[in-house]
Amino acid sequence: MELDRQQLEEMYRRMCRIRYFEEAVIKIHSSGELIGPAHPYIGEEAVAVGVCAALRDDDRIAGNHRSHGHPIAKGGDVKRAMAEILGKVDGFCKGKGGSMHLADFSIGILGESGIVASSVPIATGAALASKLGKKDFISVVFFGDGASNQGACHESMNMAALWDLPVIFVCENNGYAITTSYRNSVSVDHVSDRASAYGMPGVLVDGQDAIAVWEATNEAVVRARAGEGPTLIEAMTYRFEEHSLGLDRIVKSQYRTQEEVDEAKMRDPLDIHRAAIISHGFTTDAECDEIEATVKSEIDEAVEFARNSPFPEPGDLYDDMWATPV
Amino acid sequence: MAMKTYIQAIAEATVEEMERDETVFTMGEDLRQSVYGATAGLVDRFGEDRVIDTPLSENGFFGAALGASLCGMRPIVETVTSFLWVGMDQLISQASKMRYMFGGQAELPVTFRIRMFYARGAAAHHSDRNYPIFMNTPGLKIICPTNAYDAKGLMKTAVRDNDVCMLFEDGIAISSRAEVPDNEDLPGGELLVPFGVANTVRAGSDVTVVGIAGGVQHALDAAKVLEAEGVSLEVIDPRTLVPLDIETILNSVERTGRLVVVDPAHKMCSAASQIAASVAQEGFWSLQAPIQVVASEQVNVPYSPALEPLIYPTPEKVVAAVRTVLD
Ligand SMILES: Cc1ncc(C[n+]2csc(CCOP(=O)(O)OP(=O)(O)O)c2C)c(N)n1
Ligand SMILES: [Mg+2]
Repeated sequence: MELDRQQLEEMYRRMCRIRYFEEAVIKIHSSGELIGPAHPYIGEEAVAVGVCAALRDDDRIAGNHRSHGHPIAKGGDVKRAMAEILGKVDGFCKGKGGSMHLADFSIGILGESGIVASSVPIATGAALASKLGKKDFISVVFFGDGASNQGACHESMNMAALWDLPVIFVCENNGYAITTSYRNSVSVDHVSDRASAYGMPGVLVDGQDAIAVWEATNEAVVRARAGEGPTLIEAMTYRFEEHSLGLDRIVKSQYRTQEEVDEAKMRDPLDIHRAAIISHGFTTDAECDEIEATVKSEIDEAVEFARNSPFPEPGDLYDDMWATPV
Repeated sequence: MAMKTYIQAIAEATVEEMERDETVFTMGEDLRQSVYGATAGLVDRFGEDRVIDTPLSENGFFGAALGASLCGMRPIVETVTSFLWVGMDQLISQASKMRYMFGGQAELPVTFRIRMFYARGAAAHHSDRNYPIFMNTPGLKIICPTNAYDAKGLMKTAVRDNDVCMLFEDGIAISSRAEVPDNEDLPGGELLVPFGVANTVRAGSDVTVVGIAGGVQHALDAAKVLEAEGVSLEVIDPRTLVPLDIETILNSVERTGRLVVVDPAHKMCSAASQIAASVAQEGFWSLQAPIQVVASEQVNVPYSPALEPLIYPTPEKVVAAVRTVLD
């Protein structure tokens, strides 16, 4: 299977959407309008977008604290995402979850999670449901290099391989877990090297190249849907911003050099994708500019929408605690 | 004597104990960069062997700390309340039970330093105030310093204690300042605060208010408001929940006849409910009004800034509870 022009453009649109969304969140945060933590996905857009381009609407995804890129890549509404981040009633979760807990079950987004690696078993269970229910949807979990060291991760991968579950484990290896480098926290050269120990294919991919990510994912999707089991994809990427908004006020000394950051920024996933689709004749500079302009106003509208959305009422506090209230 | 923040006090206690005893070492996530504020400069001072940045593997390194403690080391583990859940198996199945199960053979001198973040828009996954869950587990000492003086003194006591100590650092108290005496001004040359001795933070005659963790400050704020109305609150900080100095509380209630307990944990099976139960059982005849508990609503922590502040104790809620017991 190949990507067509429409898909390639849509991938670019979604990458822009994530980038501008995050830029807006950063602006809102620095104005003091957003108090809680938020973790920008800037620099890693090609991973979520490349993966989600290979998925169907009914495929499930679950993610982590770096939580805005995954739902937007899956097709989540940026208005409702922004409203959630501002704690408003029109947010995905009515303002109850916030930045780290974006979820839209109607399009397969089973939720982002603040506790590192806690979504990995959830996606594994979604895949179990697909298998037991004889459905053909698959599931994907996005997690970091740091998360790969949690027991939950190892346990899930073993079960998934043991039971041939249709799940794709997508490790976003950005080289760091907050300030702890990959080198100082993982015993092997690559997270994907571990795949053979679980008995599943491990694929190392350039996470700055959305098309390469799509290719790797597409192969894994075909395997998963055919009942051939899970795949571990390790996408090498880099976060261009600090771990979380405001952390630069806390972490004063350098744990990664400026040269390293500058060098990584030379491989901007948006530039790479834009250049690729233009050079292959799928689209033109003008069309890409147009996509950027449209997405920019879309994000402006989302911010406007979120600001105008009301806060929940005190009476909403106990809503949604129970299926059958106690 | 110098004014110090709670975090500075914790950092000072860590350095002093690591200097005093070379079996003391520190492990946790992002210690080198001091992401949680209390470990700046530790690596430079003590080296990487004694200040260990761990992988993101709480169950693994909590357990490794326990194992090391069985074999002569005294680990200090830094973590956050909400990350305790990941290491729960080691905390509950091993830490709390090993000594007893093994007929007293196991010595477990481990101190868990646990940052308790809440009331800052971090949503349900990063706002746990979970010390009552560990009170419910026999075998764990539960320490809740509420000011810099106690933070230093209790931390040093914890490191020297031969049981598993869980020291909860209230995120609201951590930037508060208090006078912490210099060692040379102290008899014995160091600051040690014993476990199981409550602190009467404010003497009063009308109502006893027991504050837990951040609850102490709410009680003190309420005391100021009520003082203007001629109502005198006695504010007690238990400092440690296991062991709990119920005597000091009972003695106070004997004088005041009225009790309010302020606890940032969720109200069901909270530290406050335990204290209320103990006073009801042992101090019933002193009471002139039903005990009031001001604790967090029994609901998950909502993210929205419009909802989150509603769930925690506040000085206003304490004032209202005091009025109820005086009614
Ligand atoms: C169980 C748990 N431990 C610690 C944390 C604190 N924490 C939040 S994000 C993070 C680093 C995660 O690194 P990684 O998985 O590589 O994802 P990245 O942030 O790099 O995208 C840590 C340690 C947490 N949220 N949950
Ligand atoms: Mg990482």
